[in-house]
Amino acid sequence: MEDINITIIDREGIEHKVLAPTDMNMNLMEVCKSYELPVQAVCGGMAMCATCQCYIISDHDLGERNDDEQAMLWEADHVKDNSRLGCQIPITEDLDGLIVELAPED
Amino acid sequence: MITTDILIIGAGPTGLFTVFEAGLLKLKCHIIDALAQPGGQCSELYPKKPIYDIPGFPEVLAGDLVDNLMKQIEPFQPGFTLGERAQTIEKQDDGSFIVTTSKGTQHHAKVVAIAGGLGSFEPRKPTIEGIEKYEDNGLAYMIKDPEVYRDKKVVIAGGGDSALDWSIFLADVAAEVTLVHRREEFRGALDSVEKVQDLVDENKIRLVTPAEVLDIKGEDKVESVLLQHNDKAKRMEVIECDAFIPLFGLAPKLGPIADWGLEIEKNAIKVDNTLDYQTNIPGIYAIGDVNTYPGKLKLILCGFHEATLMCQSAYQRIFPDKRYVMKYTTVGGVNGFDGSRKEAEKAVVKKIGNH
Repeated sequence: MEDINITIIDREGIEHKVLAPTDMNMNLMEVCKSYELPVQAVCGGMAMCATCQCYIISDHDLGERNDDEQAMLWEADHVKDNSRLGCQIPITEDLDGLIVELAPED
Repeated sequence: MITTDILIIGAGPTGLFTVFEAGLLKLKCHIIDALAQPGGQCSELYPKKPIYDIPGFPEVLAGDLVDNLMKQIEPFQPGFTLGERAQTIEKQDDGSFIVTTSKGTQHHAKVVAIAGGLGSFEPRKPTIEGIEKYEDNGLAYMIKDPEVYRDKKVVIAGGGDSALDWSIFLADVAAEVTLVHRREEFRGALDSVEKVQDLVDENKIRLVTPAEVLDIKGEDKVESVLLQHNDKAKRMEVIECDAFIPLFGLAPKLGPIADWGLEIEKNAIKVDNTLDYQTNIPGIYAIGDVNTYPGKLKLILCGFHEATLMCQSAYQRIFPDKRYVMKYTTVGGVNGFDGSRKEAEKAVVKKIGNH
């Protein structure tokens, strides 16, 4: 499988069903940006800004947060139990059907 | 009033490199930035993170890139207005501009180059009702002059490098330093964490974790903060202090620039063309991450390119009757405004052969 289906709910509650390639070393933040969704990614994907924070709505297992992601989410606003940083989530076939919602901006 | 040829708004890599390109054309630059130090998000967010796509640098730390840019522009003696946000702009009859900052500093320039990245970085403020009342009355979101805190009782909140570094620094300046963080783990350089631990052991820093500042008390200025310990009992504690410094990082906002009459598209300034990155207001350019145009890529190296082309256009605007000829630094060298001169060594041609 080269593309997977992902649903991204933007901050207005609008659902965007997008195709995400699994063979381009992309992460979820980059997928959002490629579809021109309002993700700023101020730090360029280094888990330093939390502007790509999203909530995982579906029950996909994304594994544990890594140390950088965990540390950033300790400091960020609007953090929930299902918060993740899009820049730290690589697009793999296992994520087919993933549903995420963009977290509010400051 | 500060006067200059090109007023650059934003001291990130693109803004800094603009000084160099302008300097080659003998144009003076002055830079405004809302942050207290140059470097933009490179310095503020990830100074210790490597960047791999700067030409000629297989790997360079963001902070080192900024240091190198500062060194590169040193001969051109740029002025800086730091810790102040560009607030208003007024076009003058002669086509020049007056830009006034949030603190009232006025700048007069023939050309304005907005290199504001994703906007001015505004401090993330804690959600405390009426917090604005204490701003500049004991409450600060960034430290510009540590001497302000000499012999004062200071409470710092935060868990990143800034909170750690300033706690360490102020331990030798302030009368008391209390560091409050809502977690027990800190996101900072290991040596900073260890240094704070040493100072805590020496009773030079009081560490309160996990805890959060919920309120500020004081008639006209900060007199104490109310904090809640994040333990089971949710114990409350009042800490008397002269200053409260929450260092919770920064968030980019386009800010007042959005009200300057510039054409904005998707939170970026639209430029009419990619020949010179001029905005819909002649004389105001937008370069780097702050602009948008078909095919735009938000990369530092693209900002450098845009700065170079913009400076040529600015030169023509300032000197419409002069013909500008692009020069190579390999030929013309670099002639600093400080009298310094760099130029390539001249090769000595020797005749070879039998005579």
